Parts: sequence; structure tokens; C-alpha cells
Amino acid sequence: MASQMRAHPWMANSAPGVLEAMLAEIGAKSVAEVFEQVPQDHFRKAPLDLPPALTSEVELRRDLVTKLKKNQDCEANLSFLGAGVWQHHVPAIVDEIVGRTEFATNVWGSYQSDHGRNQAWFEFSSQLGALLNLDVVQLPVYSWGCAIGHAMRMSARMTGRAKVLVPALSDPERLSVIRTYCQPREMEGAIEVVTVAADPTSGRLDIGDLKAKLGDDVAAVYFENPAYLGTIETGAAEIARLARADGAETIVGVDPASLGVLTAPGDYGADIVTGPVQPLGVHMHCGGGAGGFIASRDEERYVRAYNGFLVSVVETQEPGQLGFGLACAHQNSYGMRENGNDWTGNSTYLWAIAGAVYMSLLGPEGFRELGTLIVSRARYAAKLLGEVPGVRVVWPDTTFKEFVVNFDGTGKTVAEVNDALRAKGIFGGKDISGEDNGLGQSALYCVTEIHTAADIRRLADTLREVL
Amino acid sequence: MTRLPEFRAAKWDEPVVMEMGRPGGRGQHFPAPEPEVTEAVGAALIPAAMARQDRPELPEITEFEAQRHYLHLSQMTLGMMGVSLFGTCTMKYNSKTAEFATLRPELAEVHPYQHPDTLQGVLEIMHDFDGILRSLSGMDQFIFQAGGGADAAYTMACVARAYWQDRGMLGQRTEMVTSMQAHPCNPATAAAAGFKVVNLPLEENGYPSLEALKAAVSEKTALIMINNPDDMGIYNPEIKEWVKAAKEVGALCFYDHANFNGVMGKLSARELGFDACMFMLHKTFGAPKAGGGPAVGAFGCTDDLAAYLPTPVVVKSGGRYLLDEDRPKSAGKVREFWGNVPQVVKAYAWARAMGAEGIQLGSDISVVANNYMDKRLGEIPGLARSNPQVGQHRMEMTRWSLGPLAEETGVGTVDFANRMADYGIDPWWMSHEPWIVAEPFTPEAGELWSKEDIDLWIDVVAKICEEARSDPDMVKSAPHNQPIAQVKGDAFEDPAKWAMTWRAWKRKRAGSDAARGAA
Repeated sequence: MASQMRAHPWMANSAPGVLEAMLAEIGAKSVAEVFEQVPQDHFRKAPLDLPPALTSEVELRRDLVTKLKKNQDCEANLSFLGAGVWQHHVPAIVDEIVGRTEFATNVWGSYQSDHGRNQAWFEFSSQLGALLNLDVVQLPVYSWGCAIGHAMRMSARMTGRAKVLVPALSDPERLSVIRTYCQPREMEGAIEVVTVAADPTSGRLDIGDLKAKLGDDVAAVYFENPAYLGTIETGAAEIARLARADGAETIVGVDPASLGVLTAPGDYGADIVTGPVQPLGVHMHCGGGAGGFIASRDEERYVRAYNGFLVSVVETQEPGQLGFGLACAHQNSYGMRENGNDWTGNSTYLWAIAGAVYMSLLGPEGFRELGTLIVSRARYAAKLLGEVPGVRVVWPDTTFKEFVVNFDGTGKTVAEVNDALRAKGIFGGKDISGEDNGLGQSALYCVTEIHTAADIRRLADTLREVL
Repeated sequence: MTRLPEFRAAKWDEPVVMEMGRPGGRGQHFPAPEPEVTEAVGAALIPAAMARQDRPELPEITEFEAQRHYLHLSQMTLGMMGVSLFGTCTMKYNSKTAEFATLRPELAEVHPYQHPDTLQGVLEIMHDFDGILRSLSGMDQFIFQAGGGADAAYTMACVARAYWQDRGMLGQRTEMVTSMQAHPCNPATAAAAGFKVVNLPLEENGYPSLEALKAAVSEKTALIMINNPDDMGIYNPEIKEWVKAAKEVGALCFYDHANFNGVMGKLSARELGFDACMFMLHKTFGAPKAGGGPAVGAFGCTDDLAAYLPTPVVVKSGGRYLLDEDRPKSAGKVREFWGNVPQVVKAYAWARAMGAEGIQLGSDISVVANNYMDKRLGEIPGLARSNPQVGQHRMEMTRWSLGPLAEETGVGTVDFANRMADYGIDPWWMSHEPWIVAEPFTPEAGELWSKEDIDLWIDVVAKICEEARSDPDMVKSAPHNQPIAQVKGDAFEDPAKWAMTWRAWKRKRAGSDAARGAA
């Protein structure tokens, strides 16, 4: 190898002479000789056209930071964006632990040699199970939408039925994923996705429409609590009861940040529960903080329907000692390829560790305080915004941390309002005016524990100024 | 043989966090709502029907106790802090420079629904990285929405669905053809997308025959999904003819580039004729895999398929970077948002730090190092290379068999892997299902590990082979100096014993205690 490169800091064997020494040991005359399996006419003809190398850390860091600084972020600005990714406080300890190189590693390891990581995974499931009041929690899949998709496919496998009911007022982002998972109708095993209307006075599921659409062909009813548009579903137990009467599974989506103050879904009849992992100590990461959990009761018919990794505590050969490993591993795609349950692969397991640390820091009182603080400040925000001339909060008293703000009375579009707010250092709520929800020029605002009362007044005052 | 270093894993006898703490203990406070907030909205804001009555059974520990507990758990995780030649996962150095850059608020505290004007930096990086992958593959457009390699395979299946739906042929193009040794994610995702899977058997030379492929593809074939080289380290020299045969019946051709490390900068998926390919940014491109994600399967395709991509697609227009959501023929999203953005930034950083020359050298080193390993492993009695009739040099990894040693001593590949950890060496990777080689193991050196690391790894293998002959029971009961002893696996398939949460464990343990008490 006649490279003129300096030895690369990330490649030990790029030091002078090493490659040649290994070639000599093999008995090969050149590097080309070890590529002898590849026919000559397979090698690429187009030369690589890559930007110049930045082999020094000082140049690389400069390039990354210079580019990233062209972003505006939610620390320098005051943001009210939510809808699937939310700005919550991330305790410093969480960042320290998920940054540990042993956890961020590429290796999979074994139950013994990577015992600590497996225990952390089990502690994620155990603590989330305590919040949900459910006994089985799978390691998280790619996102909440993916978790819902897998849960729906579980329900179809379990019931042998091919229809799911979802709220008409669903998040279009998650719904797009759900439709992907449920497949076009031409496909073998497609699941029909049917929407259930909302009660226009509350945003909650219309029980009459639900009853009309339930039947012995429905595999599952899905709803969220709190829902996409922030409303708390007070009819949860009734929905679950109706679903069960028709032999359908009840799948619920919950925000784990709400579970210090909202009833655990395991206590109102949910069969399979999904939700986002990101509120549990994961930064927004421009959407890269997404992850979704799936949980259920500990009944074999549910456990045998999971697609991914279930971590179980077990005894070891040493009396009194506990270890952790994968239960029912053969039923996934690693064990059974196309005959396994859906598929699995690398997912978002580092966020399970983030969640474990986060939940252990908060404890029962921390979750209660968090939920109380969020719902209080969100209602305060809804109240103040509702007092701004021309602005109306659609369902002011039924929400948790998100709520719909309508601007029809201002004569301005949400896009115009958000442009004006952005010029003042405020990111307004997500524009939902194009979402076919009948809510006119509306935005979905999100308030969490990071928003102080003063922040909320600043938003209301700025809105008065720009409208 | 060189002297092997002594190793003792940290062993803290750490309790499960659910057993820790004391009533009323606190690790994190939140302020009470401000007085003006409470005055304005009152208390009791949750409707009675939904107000939580019970107290979640979470630990009540201090901030320090949480820190210490999870630091202990990290210390009881080997996590490639010794030498790990874990095949197919392509162990790399994961740059802390890149990691720290992504933890800055300019990325960590950014929301994907922000106005594109406020996202120009991250969009620029994604666009530039798209360009790098285009050059490496010859494809026309990449997206990063898929949360891993399997998810990128699923993306392919969904794009193929949209492609055939657009032609009104979804009911006709119902099959996906692959090799029986392709990564399980290919058949599994195609099946989950609704396709019938056709698995081709392997011939003596290690890959399915061209004739078998020609017999399998037809006007029913929607797509083929194939990796090359495979996990045996064998390159299919007929791959161009494969693509040609598949295209003659109109099928789409997907190149699973999971094993890209040996051919980086040397092969172009497009020049070989493929319509689409995927790269694993958490393996080949130096982003950390984090024990199983967040990961990214970068999916790239030709312009002919770009209309069907999940949205959004990062595009550049008039000097500005935009998120293109307007693709009426899109297959729909496979996951929310644009992907695991920090991992994309880390992969971009890897590609910039390596440069074209470094990437070429990386694949040279990977393949030379694997052949060096093959040479030395071949000198150890009891080990056998898969597909012995394939005498040529293998690519960046080789499937090996411990079969002869297992027959001689009873020590199998799982036992062997457990014993490796006692030397501070990560247990080796064996094989995906189905095991077509007896007692398989699959090392991959990549460009990270030094010749000294590789020599140490092989010396440990040789040592354990000796131990298997002199004291097989000791090897079979390994590990002996890890945080815990071998786990008892029978509970994993037993509904009465498995326990995926502490709640379940307590319930089942109480049940078995009661049963014992009654007896």
C-alpha cells in the first residue's frame, strides 16, 4: 500500500508498514490480491467525489459547530411546539449515563458480560410498568407511531380480524405511520383503518359513532389519553368496555409524563398500551429523540404476539443472584425470519436507559409534581391566550399539556401569526390548519414544566402586540 | 503465545433499582405552580374519572444514588471496552467530537416542526451527507427516516408497494425473492409489508445459483433484496447477472449494503445495476449503535423511485434547504419525523474525518485484517472455515465453525463466547438463524482494531481451545469472573416464570413461595 496518508487517528493499522506486514503474513503480494473474489468489471468506474477530508479534530469540530450554529433552537427561543416531540427538562444525570461509552457502544454482548446494560433495560420496563400498572413492557421500538402500528398488528394476529378503529382527530404524522403498517388493501394481511368521529364539544371520542362502527370484525379500538389535540379522554373505561363486549382489543396511547396525575391505563381496561419514550429524559434532537413503548398484561396470548425484545429477570447459577436476558426470543424475526412477528432490529434501546434513569430520579412524588405543574401552567396558558382579542381556545378545560388555539377571529392565518411570533423569538404552536379537522386556522400549543408563568405571559403579551 | 492480560469485571452486587431507597426519598424536585397560576386556574384540574388515586411504585432515591447506581451498571457492561470483533456489527470508534457537537442546544434542543428558516444548519448537514452517500452508491436521493437497517429494508418494501400500486399491479406483483442467508430483516420486513417471501437455497460455492434465481423470478416478483458480500465473507460474482435477470421480469432490485465495510469506495450499487440500497450509519459510518439504537438505515434510490419515498425529503432550492413534503405518490411514513438526526450528523462527521482516501484505506484494512485473522485462526486445531471449497481470500469477515472442537470436547460456540468474556474480550458473534454452519462464529476486524488487538483476540481463542480440551467443564460453566454467573435460561420460555417487570417478578415469586409454603 503506497498511501501517502498520515496514520489516521481512527485506524491503528494505517500506521506505516502494518498493512504490508499483514500482507506478508498472508502471503499476498498486494491489497488487490485479497479482493480476488470481486470480478474486475464490478469495481466502480466513477471516481469518489467527496468533500475534502477533515482528519484533524480541530477542523472537524469547527465544521460541525459552524453549521449547527446556523440553527435556531428552543433554548435561545421560547418554543410552544409539541405534537409528538416535546420540550421537557432532561436531568443532567441522564445525559451523563446515556453518554457512558459502555452503553453507547456498538456491541451486543452477552447476558453476563453486558449485565449492567441488561439490568438497566429491565429497570426501564419495571418502572414504566409501575406507571402504567401493567406487567409486561417491551423494549422500545422506533417511535410511538411504530409502537401503535405493531400493537395493531398484534391485535389482528390475536383476534384474526382485519379492521382497527382510530380517532378521526389523530396526529397525521402518527396516522401516516399507522397506515403504512396496516398496508394497502391489495396486500395479503392488510388491516383496514376506520376513523371514529370526535365529540365537537369536547374533542373526546364520539361514543355513538364508536358503537356504530364496533362489531365482530374489529380487531382493536385505538385512542390516546391525553389525545393528539391535548384532551383528556374521560370515557376511557367506557370505550374499553364497549370494545371488549365485541371481542376487540383496546389499545391506548399515553404520555408517560402525565401518569403521576392521570389514571394508569392498566386500571381502566387497556389491553395494549403504547406511548412515546422521549418525554422520559430524552432531548428533542430534532425528532431524533423519538422512541415508542408497547406494554400489556402478562397473559401468554399477548406475550407471544410481541415483535421485539422482552427482557426478563431470571435466576443465575449462583443462588440468590439475579440476571437478565431475552424472553420469547424465538418468536421475533431473528428467530423466525419471515414467519416471526413483524420484524425487529436495532431500535431505540439507549432511550430505555435514559428512561430508566429519569424515572428513578423522579419517583412517585416527582411524577405527581411534574404532572401538577404541567397541567396547571398549560391551563394558565390556555386562559391567558383565550383572553387575547380574536383568539379562542377550542377546548379550554379538558386538556393536559397541549391545547388548540384558534385564530379565525384575528383574520390572520396561523402561518402569519407564527411568522410574527418568530420575529420576536417565539416559536408558536404547530400549525394544524391544513389537517382536515374542521378547526379553521388553529395551532396546537404545548406547555410543559420548562415554561414559567412569566414565559406564558410573554407569549400572551407578544400575541396582543402582533395580532 | 503472548501472555494474556488478567481481567476481572466489576462486580457490585447492585440491587434492582426497584428495591432501593426509602419512603419519601427524593431525586428530583419540581417547583409548585406560581401563585398567580394557581389563583387563575385553581387545583384539581384533572377530571375525577381520570385522576390517579394510587401512588406509582417507583423507587425513592437521591440524585446521587441514581447516579451511582447507573454508573455501577455501566461498569458492569463490557461494551467493547476490551477487544470486540463482533461480526456484522462493524465495530468502530464512535467520535466524541461528533457526539458532543450533537449534544449542543443547536441540535439537542431543536424541534422538527420549527420553521425551515431556523433549521438551515442541520438541513445543510443532511443535504451534504446525502451528497456523500450519492457518491458512494451512485443513487440519486437518500432519506434517513428509517430507524435502523431493518427499517430501511422495510422502507424498500413500502416503496416497492407504492411503485407497483402506481402501476395498478399491486395484486399481481406479490413476491419478494431473497437468499436464505440474507439478513432476517429482508424476508421479515417484506412479509410484514404483505409480500410472499421466496428464499433461494445456497449452493456449494456459498451463494444461490443464477439458475435458481432465474427460475424464481417472474411477472409475480415485486422485488429482490440481497446483500453482497454475505456474512461468510463470500462475494457473489454473478450479482450483475442477478440484477439483469430480475430486471428482465420487471422486478426492483435492492442492495442491502450491511456488509459495506469491505467494499467502501470500491463498489457502486448503481453501477452494478441496483435501483436502491441502504447503508447502516450506526455501523459502517461510525455513529454509535448504542446497544441497539437509536440507529439509522439510510435509504437511497434512483430518480425513478424517488417519487415514492416517505416524506419529508431534504432538498436544496435557490440556496435554501427545505423539507419536501409534497410527494403525492409517497409510500407514506415509516416513522415520525425525519430520522435520528444526531446519528446522521455523526455519520457525516465520520465521512468528513475519513475523506475519500481514508474510506478507501478503511476497506483495504478491513479485508486485509480479516485475511490475516483467517490465516492465524486456520492454524488453531479444532476450528474450520465455512465453505472450505471456497479457497479464495474472504472479504471483511469470515464465517467460522467450532464444530470440530465441539465434537472433540463438547464445548460449543455459546460456551466459548461466555468464556471469552473472562478475558475481557466481548463474546463473539455467532450467526443469524438458520445456522447453516455447525457451532458458528463470525469475527470482523474492521479498520478500528490494531494488529496487536487482533493478535490478542486470536491468542484468547487459542487459549480457550486448550482449556476446552484440558477442562471442558470449566469452559462450559463460564463465565467465572463476570458480574454474574450464567443465567438460567429455562424461565425465558415459561409463562409461570418469565417476568418482564419487577411487578411481575414479585407476583410470581410470591406465588411460588406460597406454593412452597403449602407443600
